[in-house]
Amino acid sequence: MKKEFMKKFTVVMLSLVMVFAMAACGGSSGGSSEGSSDSAEAVLYVGATGPLTGGASIYGTAVKQGAMIAAEEINASETEFKIEFRMEDDEADGEKAVNAYHTLQDWGVQVVLGSVTTGSCVAVSAETFEDRVFEITPSASSADVTNGKDNVFQVCFTDPNQGKTAAEKVMELYPDAKVAAIYNNSDPYSTGIFNAFKAELEANGKELVAEVTYPDDSNADYSAQLTSCKSAGADLVLLPIYYTPASVILKQASDMGYAPTFFGLDGLDGILDMEGFDTSLAENVMLMTPFNPWSDDERVAEFVKKYQDAYGELPNQFAADGYDTMYVIYEVFKASGLTTDLSAEELCDAMVAAITGDFSYDGLTGQEMTWSTDGTVSKDPVVVVIKNGQYEDM
Amino acid sequence: MKKKRTKGLSPYKKNEFISYGIAILGFAVITLLKSTGMLSSSLQGQLVPICAYIIMAVSLNLVVGISGELSLGHAGFMSVGAYTGILVSGILGTVGVADPLRFAAAVIAGALMAGLAGFLIGIPVLRLRGDYLAIVTLAFGEIIKNIMNIVYAGIDENGFHISTKSDYGLSPDGRMLLNGPMGATQVDRISTFLYGFILVMVTLLVVQNILNSRQGRAIMACRDNRIAAESIGLNVMKNKLMAFTVSSALAGMGGVLFGLNYSTLLPIKFNFNTSILILVFVVLGGLGNIWGSMVAAIVLTVLPEALRQFADYRMLVYAVVLIVVMIATYNPAIRSRVSAFSEKYLRRKKPAPKPAEGGAD
Amino acid sequence: MIFLANLINGLSLGSVYAIIALGYTMVYGISKMLNFAHGDVIMVGAYISFCGTSYLGLPAWVSVVLAMAVCTALGIIIEGLAYRPLRGTGSLAVLITAIGVSYFLQNAALLIWGSAPKVFTSVFTGMGPSIGLFDGELTVTWEAIFTLLAAILIMILMTLFTGGTKMGKAMRAVSEDNGAARLMGINVNSTISMTFAIGSALAAIAGVLLCSAYPALMPTTGAMPGIKAFTAAVFGGIGSIPGAMLGGILIGVIEVFGRAYISTELSDTIVFGVLIIVLLVKPTGLLGKKITEKV
Repeated sequence: MKKEFMKKFTVVMLSLVMVFAMAACGGSSGGSSEGSSDSAEAVLYVGATGPLTGGASIYGTAVKQGAMIAAEEINASETEFKIEFRMEDDEADGEKAVNAYHTLQDWGVQVVLGSVTTGSCVAVSAETFEDRVFEITPSASSADVTNGKDNVFQVCFTDPNQGKTAAEKVMELYPDAKVAAIYNNSDPYSTGIFNAFKAELEANGKELVAEVTYPDDSNADYSAQLTSCKSAGADLVLLPIYYTPASVILKQASDMGYAPTFFGLDGLDGILDMEGFDTSLAENVMLMTPFNPWSDDERVAEFVKKYQDAYGELPNQFAADGYDTMYVIYEVFKASGLTTDLSAEELCDAMVAAITGDFSYDGLTGQEMTWSTDGTVSKDPVVVVIKNGQYEDM
Repeated sequence: MKKKRTKGLSPYKKNEFISYGIAILGFAVITLLKSTGMLSSSLQGQLVPICAYIIMAVSLNLVVGISGELSLGHAGFMSVGAYTGILVSGILGTVGVADPLRFAAAVIAGALMAGLAGFLIGIPVLRLRGDYLAIVTLAFGEIIKNIMNIVYAGIDENGFHISTKSDYGLSPDGRMLLNGPMGATQVDRISTFLYGFILVMVTLLVVQNILNSRQGRAIMACRDNRIAAESIGLNVMKNKLMAFTVSSALAGMGGVLFGLNYSTLLPIKFNFNTSILILVFVVLGGLGNIWGSMVAAIVLTVLPEALRQFADYRMLVYAVVLIVVMIATYNPAIRSRVSAFSEKYLRRKKPAPKPAEGGAD
Repeated sequence: MIFLANLINGLSLGSVYAIIALGYTMVYGISKMLNFAHGDVIMVGAYISFCGTSYLGLPAWVSVVLAMAVCTALGIIIEGLAYRPLRGTGSLAVLITAIGVSYFLQNAALLIWGSAPKVFTSVFTGMGPSIGLFDGELTVTWEAIFTLLAAILIMILMTLFTGGTKMGKAMRAVSEDNGAARLMGINVNSTISMTFAIGSALAAIAGVLLCSAYPALMPTTGAMPGIKAFTAAVFGGIGSIPGAMLGGILIGVIEVFGRAYISTELSDTIVFGVLIIVLLVKPTGLLGKKITEKV
């Protein structure tokens, strides 16, 4: 009978997929147990989760590449142990990030570098807090990441902190400007910065002349938003957003002959490196970013060269954050005098004590970075302005 | 509600037993593996989401497979349930209610709210047919997501606050529950695999009892031939609305389970892609086939994780597997599964006039 | 003046939606399937055109033709490999396969072109600066003008094609009654392939126009415009060519106006809300055919 056959066929098909899935599962978990028990070589397992596919994969890939360069450098000079680094894809989604973290646990992760994006990081940090795993994120900037979790640290500024500092800088540099803002209302990063920026302005008796938002899709049309900024007479527009939409905003603003001062934050970093982007559109855009690839700093120059040789592109802020984070893990681990045969749980408290203690790190994204017990970093904000397709310090 | 026919081991019963069997066996095996420590933490972490997806798939099957309406907004009801559950659990958490009680209250509230949303949306939507109904459910799913993006809620000593503005006067030591686009944060993760299993059993019980009831047969009759069903005095609208409401309420329940399993939940999670993912479970498992939906939900949730070794090629491989499995199971050379199932259900009542194509047509 | 500026933006965005919606509608009309991979064909078209101008140094129009050729081939291949084996199995199975194809195209693009967004150079850059009207109060971009013109031209050509040519008539016959068309000696397979070919070529044009106006190009670029265009096709009455045009323009205008005058946060809610209201009043869309059910 056809029906019976059909049914059996479905069962066979589904079970085939199941077996395939199980086999793959078994394969990976088998390999991982081998890895973690093999401590004779002295290996520190550093695991990360970040988006390697999907719309946000640019950030995950950059962090991964930056961290890999740092790990190679460390492994070349360090004689006592090696760092093994692995990043699992989380598609910038909380659920997938938790899955990725569990996969890393099966692999024997000892320290977590990540997650790259805020939503994922909040979800993962709840798990690491419970499991007692030391976690430090290069780029997840929401206050929720570290809030109430003593084991989680950030290398980047928190969003509220950035928003507040940006407001201070704007009031200092342009005391009389009519300020407007365009932000992404479905993005935690963008909303977090915007809310703090607005609160700080209002606390100083200034009002935004226009605040407009856009929904979360890549090729949205921003002309309506720009039109309302223009008609409100704004001469400074805050763009607390990522560089992909910003590139469209800059083009559309230029098309409609609207030229206010655009003030961006670290999310705008990378705009000059976009393939096909007309950098003259970004001329005179100001941004607060911790990393300047054109800086004269020797270490930065060396990193930029290595990165370009390896990946054929200019490193952005995420890559530098990834690089710094890997070094922070390494230095903290060294400073705490631990050995690689300890479990993640045993490492955690000692590393927390070390990083919040008398520890300071000079990196690509800041000098004399120190961490407080609430997990936030303290370093100086840097404002640069884009001139001739490069950052110039203000 | 339940007027079961007493007959031997009918195909209904057989399928029913398979569904319960899968759930109970799965629970027993997993519990055993867990106690012996043989379960990888990767798989262990997926247990609750798998339960949630099973609930989503089985409940969507009630609409798509059994009622024959293509719904593309199931994730919207999941989000209504999830956020209601998070709010209820958050509020009860501040007054120190025990976890199981908190969870139960959250599930009931989430199911009620999602059911209410399903009922209200169902009244206008179910007047439409086929792809027009599909697009409207998609639209509602997007609208629900869009609205969740601007909802702020919190609780402090002055009571519970809810607003569409971020500065709604929550006192500094108050507890933020919903934070607009940042979604719910600092959620107490009280979902467990045991709760998940119980909710799966509840879902199966509800759906399979409907299937096997007078209403269930009426719903299927409306699906297979609307005009014929109307002509024998069945109230098509009422029956479809019932199925849609129950399905939404169950989806809300799944949402609560899912939402209380993570410390954070962004509204963007419940976008079109999640609705589609659940639809994929239903279609791949077979329209109207409850245990098929369960198996498909399990396999397709584990599969992307299992494909991690393919690294960058993971989602590409996933896409290829999906296409190949679809073609292999649905190729007309073996006849459409859809009509095979419709035929089977129809055969019990009367000689089928023409098997319905099901779903979107 | 702001009103006019918004209207022009809306018309231009709507024209892109309309061209994409045409592809949806034609494919739906003939094979009764929702081709969710259509949005991703747009993305492929835009990438091919980008590669043509940036890597091969081709003139803009040549790269557009190249993109159309590649997308046409892609459309025929997708139809033949993924959809044809499932023809006649009900639209749900094909719908899921289409989603599989959509995942495939997005992830393949991610592997080929990487995740970093590319900035698409507008094909109209050679036209010089935008036109300023009313002493520069209102600027109209070449992109906006040409997108609108292209949409109108395509719509006229499509109406002539389906009404006047043999192939066009065959398409209408197949979408009317597949079996009867076969009996009349129409090659159903090649007619359906042809429909996919035309729809995909239109998608390539839409991709180029879309990215000329909103230049960030990523593997997910086609997804949201795809859904919006699908909405537009249903709005106008799926299966109807003028309906797709009307639906597309209206969705574009409503979106921009909603954003400008009501709320930027809820612009999607407004678009979808209007859609729901229209469908409740006219259950088959603005220009859709009434379906009479037979017992």
